[in-house]
Amino acid sequence: MRRHLSAEWTKLRTLPGIGWLLLAVVTLTPAASAAAAAMVSCPPAGCAYDVPKLGLMGVQVGQAVVAVLAVLAVTGEYGTGLVRTTFTAMPRRVAVLTAKAAVLTGLTLSAGTAAVLTSVLAGRIILPGNGFVPEHGQPLLSLADGPTFRAAAGSVLYLALIALLSLGVAIAVRDSAIAMGIVFGLLYVLSAVPLMVSDPGWQKLLWQISPMNAGLAVQATARLSDLPLSPWAGLAVLAAWAAAALLCGGLLLRARDA
Amino acid sequence: MSAGTAPRRGDFARLLRAEWTKFRTVRGWVLGLAVAALVIVTLGLLSASGSHTSCGGPGDVCSAVPVGPGGEAVDDKFYFVHRSLTGDGGITARVSSMTGHIRKPDVTPGARNVVDGVVPWAKAGVIVKDGTRQGSAYAATMVTGGHGVRMQYDFTHDIAGLPGGVSNDSPRWLRLTRSGEELTGYESADGRHWTTVGTARLAGLPETVQIGLFVASPGDLTVRQADFGGSIQQVRFAEATAVFDQVALEGRTSGGAWERDDIGVTVSPDGSLHHPGGFAQSGDTYTVTGVGDIAPLGEGQRIESTLSGLPAGLLGVIVVAVMFVTAEYRRGLIRTSLLAGPRRGRVLAAKAAVIGTVTFVAAAAAAGITVAVGTRILRSNGNPVLPVSTLTELRVIAGVAALPAVAAVLAFALGALFRNSAAAVTVAVAVIVVPHVLATTSVLPIGAAQWLLRLTPAAGFAVQQSIPEYPHVLAHYAPSAGYYPLAPWAGLAVFCAYAAPALGLAVVRIRRRDA
Repeated sequence: MRRHLSAEWTKLRTLPGIGWLLLAVVTLTPAASAAAAAMVSCPPAGCAYDVPKLGLMGVQVGQAVVAVLAVLAVTGEYGTGLVRTTFTAMPRRVAVLTAKAAVLTGLTLSAGTAAVLTSVLAGRIILPGNGFVPEHGQPLLSLADGPTFRAAAGSVLYLALIALLSLGVAIAVRDSAIAMGIVFGLLYVLSAVPLMVSDPGWQKLLWQISPMNAGLAVQATARLSDLPLSPWAGLAVLAAWAAAALLCGGLLLRARDA
Repeated sequence: MSAGTAPRRGDFARLLRAEWTKFRTVRGWVLGLAVAALVIVTLGLLSASGSHTSCGGPGDVCSAVPVGPGGEAVDDKFYFVHRSLTGDGGITARVSSMTGHIRKPDVTPGARNVVDGVVPWAKAGVIVKDGTRQGSAYAATMVTGGHGVRMQYDFTHDIAGLPGGVSNDSPRWLRLTRSGEELTGYESADGRHWTTVGTARLAGLPETVQIGLFVASPGDLTVRQADFGGSIQQVRFAEATAVFDQVALEGRTSGGAWERDDIGVTVSPDGSLHHPGGFAQSGDTYTVTGVGDIAPLGEGQRIESTLSGLPAGLLGVIVVAVMFVTAEYRRGLIRTSLLAGPRRGRVLAAKAAVIGTVTFVAAAAAAGITVAVGTRILRSNGNPVLPVSTLTELRVIAGVAALPAVAAVLAFALGALFRNSAAAVTVAVAVIVVPHVLATTSVLPIGAAQWLLRLTPAAGFAVQQSIPEYPHVLAHYAPSAGYYPLAPWAGLAVFCAYAAPALGLAVVRIRRRDA
């Protein structure tokens, strides 16, 4: 397994553009969070915003870059034909997939941690200027607060799960354009579908199975009883999506020619 | 070029044919586009069959929405004090007071929180109307709660007079005269010096019309952001009361007492009237109370409500369009293509034309089916769908076919620029689909959402809006409610203004670089 991990790490760190993609995760996420924080304001009468969620808004942008990174880690190999060399050297395909997933998860967790911490910092600096101060009923954004810490740590896990979901899809379809289309569809389009139906039962169900809506429930810290899912249950839905995608990809990987 | 080479036009036709052959022989691309079209139809019809409206208990049938002379759905609900007028004539009245009540959000739950005041578009004035049927033609001169004197006619037309409200110290005189089909509104501060507010021509106005005083007050609108995106709009009861005096009629009017009609009043299931208007006369002073509005209706389902699958369909289109060019690079086919057609710009133009046209045809079929069938499903589920003219319906379908076509050309150009499908798909989705999703799910403040739909390629989605924004009706004109900041074709033009330079850049790039 160590050989597998070492090989996958070498391939991933030499992927063309990997530096730019990691830089994009670490900069775009806090930049989008900062933009969201700069756009809202809280009057002295108080406001109904969920502040930690607001400060972590950039994760919705950062996840796109993470998805691209995960897809490229697979399709780059198929595009150049390197994958045949890989399987000649390491014929146990599932082990290769496991190693790839492990290396990708590690990389996403580290980049995600940096991105989320910077976002929280940006929110802590910007939000008080827009009226989010204790006098208006909004405590400062702080990781010492239990729910806020859960939201931040959950966001890092969320990004890692998005990477695994994208990895599974990319292994299954082996083409970056199609994989990207499917991942973006699952994330962004499926998240908007609940708004298009008017039946409350369907609306709730669609919200619960949408990977982005459910997964981002982990960022909620206010009015939890109004959410269709509890924060960790929401993240579990995304984990189920990622597991299903990896399983699907793994089975296809074993059954098909490279 | 020597005389022996083929003429240019034939050349380009050959390129088109070659590119069309490439497209139709790759099963994945044809399938991808078919899936995109199918997604538009399926999601649209699913969301249409998922929405039901009922107007109370079982077996209850919703009353039909009145339709104005222009074919649009209208609100036509007001208190009407009238006489009949045959031939030419007119009415003059002085409005000396306008007051009212507005129900505000409850402070203590369950207790009605009613305050004094009039909403900005509460209306009181003089009116000539083609009978008392809801939706019939009319012209009126009025004072409003917050927009001064106006002349309005046939629901969609609004002409501003002088600003300012009314009070005992500064009453407003209003006059409306009829001459054939032409109606003219006047206003005055003293009853002696008159200013023309505007003129209306009501085609087909019959000889005998109803003329008189009216009062209406639309409900008070409050909007708040919902927790999971989307917004919650509430319209609460508001009524207005106006005092008229110095009422004078000209022409052949019916004698006797004034007739009174609470046009369009809501009847409760027990037969009583819900929030009725009222009329009181003492001497020459008339006090009229009204609820409702005389205005075009923007609430309800629209034909484009059935097109909810469009963003998902666009994803499929983007993927196919990008692969249409990047696959050539990956497989090295591009070198053969450029050997066969050495004029590289034309090869790229032919490819763009083929992918754009194929997408247009597929999307037109999908949009046509979805709008036609989806609207029928919506209506059979009891949802009132706001009627639009055939021309508007055709514009929506053609526009919704053009939108994926332009998206395909933009995605194709990005693919040719980057020669890398991952980058091209990501950028195309990020600039076309994501801004629209962000703007219409109202996770963003309205101002930011509107700017996104002005500046990004997502502006093109404006082409699907079938009901325009009316400045004289207060409503929640936000992208999440289906109102785009740009006019339909202007929005599509913004989108094209991204696609055309991108394609131009791709042509420059392919000329200068090795394949």
